[in-house]
Amino acid sequence: MTNPDANFLKGQKHLTRRYRAEQRFQWIGRIAIAASLTFLVFMVASIFWQGKGALITTKIALTVDLSTEMIDPANIKGASFDKIIKLALRTEFPEATKRKQKKRLYALVSSDAGFQLRDQILEGPALLGADQTIWVSASDDVDMLMKGHIDRNKPQNSRRLSDQQISWIDALLVKQVFNTGFFTNGDSREPELAGILSALVGSALSLLICFALSFPIGIMSAIYLEEFAKKGRWSDLIEININNLAAVPSIVFGLLGLSIFLNVFGLPRSSPLVGGMVLSLMTLPTIIIAARASLRAVPPSIREAALGMGASPVQATFHHVAPLAMPGFLTGTIVGMAQALGETAPLLMIGMVAFIVDIPGSILEPATALPVQIFLWADSPERAFLEKTSAAIIVLLIFLVLMNIIAIILRKKYEIRF
Amino acid sequence: MASDNMNTANSFNITSGNRSKFTETLVKAAMILCSLVAVAVTIGIVLSLIFEALEFFKRIPLSEFLFSTEWSPQTALRSDQVATEGKFGVIPLFTGTMLISAIAMCVATPLGLASAVFLAEYASKRTRDWVKPMLEILAGIPTVVYGFFAALTVAPFIRMTGGNVGLEVSSESALAAGLVMGIMIVPLISSLSDDVINAVPQAMRDASLGLGATHSETVKQVILPAALPGIAGSLLLAASRAIGETMIVVMAAGLAANLTANPLEAVTTITAQIVALLTGDQEFDSAKTLSAFALGLLLFIVTLALNYLSLRIVKKYREKYD
Repeated sequence: MTNPDANFLKGQKHLTRRYRAEQRFQWIGRIAIAASLTFLVFMVASIFWQGKGALITTKIALTVDLSTEMIDPANIKGASFDKIIKLALRTEFPEATKRKQKKRLYALVSSDAGFQLRDQILEGPALLGADQTIWVSASDDVDMLMKGHIDRNKPQNSRRLSDQQISWIDALLVKQVFNTGFFTNGDSREPELAGILSALVGSALSLLICFALSFPIGIMSAIYLEEFAKKGRWSDLIEININNLAAVPSIVFGLLGLSIFLNVFGLPRSSPLVGGMVLSLMTLPTIIIAARASLRAVPPSIREAALGMGASPVQATFHHVAPLAMPGFLTGTIVGMAQALGETAPLLMIGMVAFIVDIPGSILEPATALPVQIFLWADSPERAFLEKTSAAIIVLLIFLVLMNIIAIILRKKYEIRF
Repeated sequence: MASDNMNTANSFNITSGNRSKFTETLVKAAMILCSLVAVAVTIGIVLSLIFEALEFFKRIPLSEFLFSTEWSPQTALRSDQVATEGKFGVIPLFTGTMLISAIAMCVATPLGLASAVFLAEYASKRTRDWVKPMLEILAGIPTVVYGFFAALTVAPFIRMTGGNVGLEVSSESALAAGLVMGIMIVPLISSLSDDVINAVPQAMRDASLGLGATHSETVKQVILPAALPGIAGSLLLAASRAIGETMIVVMAAGLAANLTANPLEAVTTITAQIVALLTGDQEFDSAKTLSAFALGLLLFIVTLALNYLSLRIVKKYREKYD
């Protein structure tokens, strides 16, 4: 830019100031973007940092007495495995004689240890008859100590493990292994046993229902609105409706599910069926809007050619236009499903917040979903649930990223540019 | 679209023509049914909310609901129990919602607008292609994740910082929930405003630059005023999203119905109360449970009004330059 006043010092100064303002303005934009992205990176990184611990769990080696006096080989299941575990701990540390001390000693292993012993014996009955060294899960406090979340230097009444318990743990043979239980167990009150499988299955069943409902309905209505409906009051009304539904708060859909699906239709509470139905209502607008955009991108020449060859409008649409728009349909559906997977509030309304240990076997059984499980664990006071929550979030984010990557690949690979 | 009399043109004999005509009618009917689902859902929402809310207003008068300043929905558990009547004044919930949404908008508006201006006016195509999807990730992260982060990282941080400078900060402050919610709605504002700024005709930009204005002066004095209605629309949409947001406030804002404008205190919101009222087991006909539907109706009306307004503004603006 040339400045006619360049000879005048005053004008020069003015211009410098304006250019400086220009630079400042650009930097404000850069800083705003950087701030948002820094927040994103910081949030994801902190959750990963907290969650990685949940992939590791602590096991304790115990020498247990599996003689026939303790376990009758003819009736293995009838034996008291908890007693065997407790006996093993007492023989290891005979100094624990008082009731309170014993209780503290038993608290080192998980309450599930007896069952773990039983499962190992049922798997390999050859163990029976002699003393054996077996590995059982440590309690969550021991796990936290091993991961360094319990400070040994603090005075003992301000941490969850006493000095004596810590000395016991140091004397025991302890190993840290990959936590398969996190992926194969249902929810549990004991953090060291809690897993995400029941929540994952619940989410999968709900998404299945959601897909089965919202995909056909969404595609059909998109095709109707884009290809057949005459522009008029009705199609306007439907269009306004869809746009508004897309912006209705998700919790309102939950209220609808509660009062209509549960109270009027009497469908089972907490079930993936109702969860999927509510989620499908929410994903419907997303799918319709994406599908319409993809139909609009199919050039009219395709329709005209089909009609010219004698196809009926329905044939032209379903045989020629819809297949070309299919990648767009699928992309929109996957994006909608990804939204549904992360949705929590409407599922709380229809009671999918129950404490579910068992893996739901059908769409009518009570279930929970992954984001709801995250919400439940986030509320738990135990320190050990913090890393479980973060790990569950990581699993959820991985699924979301995968779904979005699939959507991007579909769009890149199959999108036809006319 | 082709007219209906073309339907029979492809059939070679009458019987197959009739059959295909029948199938076509069936397919069309199915399609119409499917597109009516969206309408049915809206009707379902409105009817169910109004029906349950009316039940509620039979017990608690509308005037008390709207104008009373106390909210404590605890009613007697058993009918023979002597307990205080629940108080159902929505004002503290409404102010709490507004406080948190206002904080969120204070965070999101400058960040979103500055990002939008930079992306639309200054960024190279490569930067745009890279930064835009990154910002969109913020909108794709489930709200329960934001809630977890707000409650376990941001809230303690604010409490600690406040404590260091001598401020009393509640552990469930409105500030933490609002801040995190603000970041969540940044992409909503930035992508909508970006579209609006791009829609401002190039001629206006060229004219301003030709008169010797710098790029930033052009943005501030020509482009932003021209794009203002659209930007207002995007802000309204973001505000409606903030008001309806549930998980962040449930996890980070708490349930104390305080009537306050102090962002360091705990407040509760309409959505957080709906969740609190309807999770757990209670009989369906109590005033406490029904009040959740009255709150839902209020929420629905407010967000619907904001959405409608914003769609109208954006639409009107688009027509102006098309």
